[in-house]
Amino acid sequence: MGIGSDMYRQQILDHYKNPRNHGRLDSPTFSHTGENPSCGDTITMDVQLADDGETIERVAFSGDGCAISQASASMLTQRLPGTTLSELNEMDTDDITEMLGVDISPMRVKCAVLARQVAQDGAKIHDGEIEIEQTKTEDDD
Amino acid sequence: MEAKESYPVNVGAIRSDFPILERNVGGDTSTPGEHDDDTTPLVYLDNAATSHTPKQVVDSIVEYYHGYNSNVHRGIHHLSQEASIAYEDAHDRVAEFIGASGGREEVAFTKNTTEAMNTVAYAWGLNELSPDDSVVLTEMEHHASLVTWQQIAKKVGAEVRYIRIDEDGRLDMEHAKELIDDSTKMVSVVHISNTLGTINPVSDLADMAHDVGAYIFVDGAQSAPTRPVDVETIDADFFAFSGHKMCGPTGIGALYGKRDILDEMQPYHYGGSMIRRVTFDDATWEDLPWKFEAGTPPIAQGIGFAAAIDYLDDIGMENVQAHEELLAEYAYDRLSEFDDIEIYGPPGDDRGGLVSFNLDGVHAHDLSSILNEQGVAIRAGDHCTQPLHDKLGAAASTRASFYIYNTKDEVDALVEGLDIARELFA
Repeated sequence: MGIGSDMYRQQILDHYKNPRNHGRLDSPTFSHTGENPSCGDTITMDVQLADDGETIERVAFSGDGCAISQASASMLTQRLPGTTLSELNEMDTDDITEMLGVDISPMRVKCAVLARQVAQDGAKIHDGEIEIEQTKTEDDD
Repeated sequence: MEAKESYPVNVGAIRSDFPILERNVGGDTSTPGEHDDDTTPLVYLDNAATSHTPKQVVDSIVEYYHGYNSNVHRGIHHLSQEASIAYEDAHDRVAEFIGASGGREEVAFTKNTTEAMNTVAYAWGLNELSPDDSVVLTEMEHHASLVTWQQIAKKVGAEVRYIRIDEDGRLDMEHAKELIDDSTKMVSVVHISNTLGTINPVSDLADMAHDVGAYIFVDGAQSAPTRPVDVETIDADFFAFSGHKMCGPTGIGALYGKRDILDEMQPYHYGGSMIRRVTFDDATWEDLPWKFEAGTPPIAQGIGFAAAIDYLDDIGMENVQAHEELLAEYAYDRLSEFDDIEIYGPPGDDRGGLVSFNLDGVHAHDLSSILNEQGVAIRAGDHCTQPLHDKLGAAASTRASFYIYNTKDEVDALVEGLDIARELFA
């Protein structure tokens, strides 16, 4: 077989090797961290809101883990600016799959959605809707 | 590679007993079984997690359900007698397989190794351990043992100690001597590490435990399926293993215990089948091993377990061991050719039939996904040894593990799959 992969298309690998908005923001409105305990994927999302307190202005991520989790976080930092917190909270797994542009095998979905989950939990903590210290994906191997 | 390989076992004949090895993979997984979109031949290297099941074992289960399915122990009727004899005899078969001269009285069936561990931890540990006592484990324990004793120790206030591993992934036996002292009541050690492949000197550890009056529990999940085991030569007080890692069905495992210890031990589960006489006020227990098997047991699985042992004994456990060692050494040597691969555990000529490693720059889960696209089934993750992975400084690793039907060609397929990962991630 030549160099080709269903899941590891160029876009995923590009975002993994050259992550966008990687690092920390100087003054984020909120920050949140999460992990997949079974994979060891960890992601911290820093989110800066516009003056309206609702529109996402800038996003950065840090952490490490597999290509799927890190590429998904990188792409999300480009996708989120301009959207509102309520739009963020409405994002589901299909939206992430669409953003990644590849079929994610069932066992890897938790890697793909970690960054989204961290951003959503961070937003909910910011709004006072939930109180958790860290996001953890539920399943383990 | 030469056209015809010579192996310690007849791989061709063995493979024909395992229909699953003929299937292709790679298509949609939402409905089980092989479909038209599965086009990649399967290379199954995840045997330390579970082995496949030969026709002979499946046949024994079909014969039971089609021919003499019935509840055991209590029935007077014909089918119940047949089922009872087969199920009870299966205990003797398991006892014989591990050299337990006490027969069925020394072998209780459990769901798996984990349940066997919990049985001793709850039935013995919770009753016998006190705050001044210690339980000695190793840094390479599977969570089945580590978490179980950790939590029981918390309940009773006992201390848990961990025997260190050295750079090669072997136990530091000097450290073991320091840790196993007069406070020690239980030494619980894995026979072969499911992550490092290390074969531990369990007989020496048994001597050390017995010198201070402690028991030793040997976790045989990776050893009983892959080599001859004699619990009396080891002098293990307890030994546990699972059927599904040795050609048997899931849902069945065995707890071996020395007869006098099991006799003294209280039951872990209560209910039907494990009692002799019950009044509104009290109850007395059935003989060994039945007092440890409450409720309707896994009858078909127990019979299948015995059939799996028959299957392996026909091949010969010495031959199984030789085949495991051949593939482990071959895989170790092939993976050692590359500077970008870190292998965990002892050298290739001194390990069980598995190799855990990491490929530089590629997360274990990504590597597993890429290998899966080549049809190569390996395991990626922490292999239920998270504290060990913390110590190794790796969040996860990739593990290839071998069994009687694997070939060097399949190891080569793994090695070739690594090249694809390297190219993608370059």
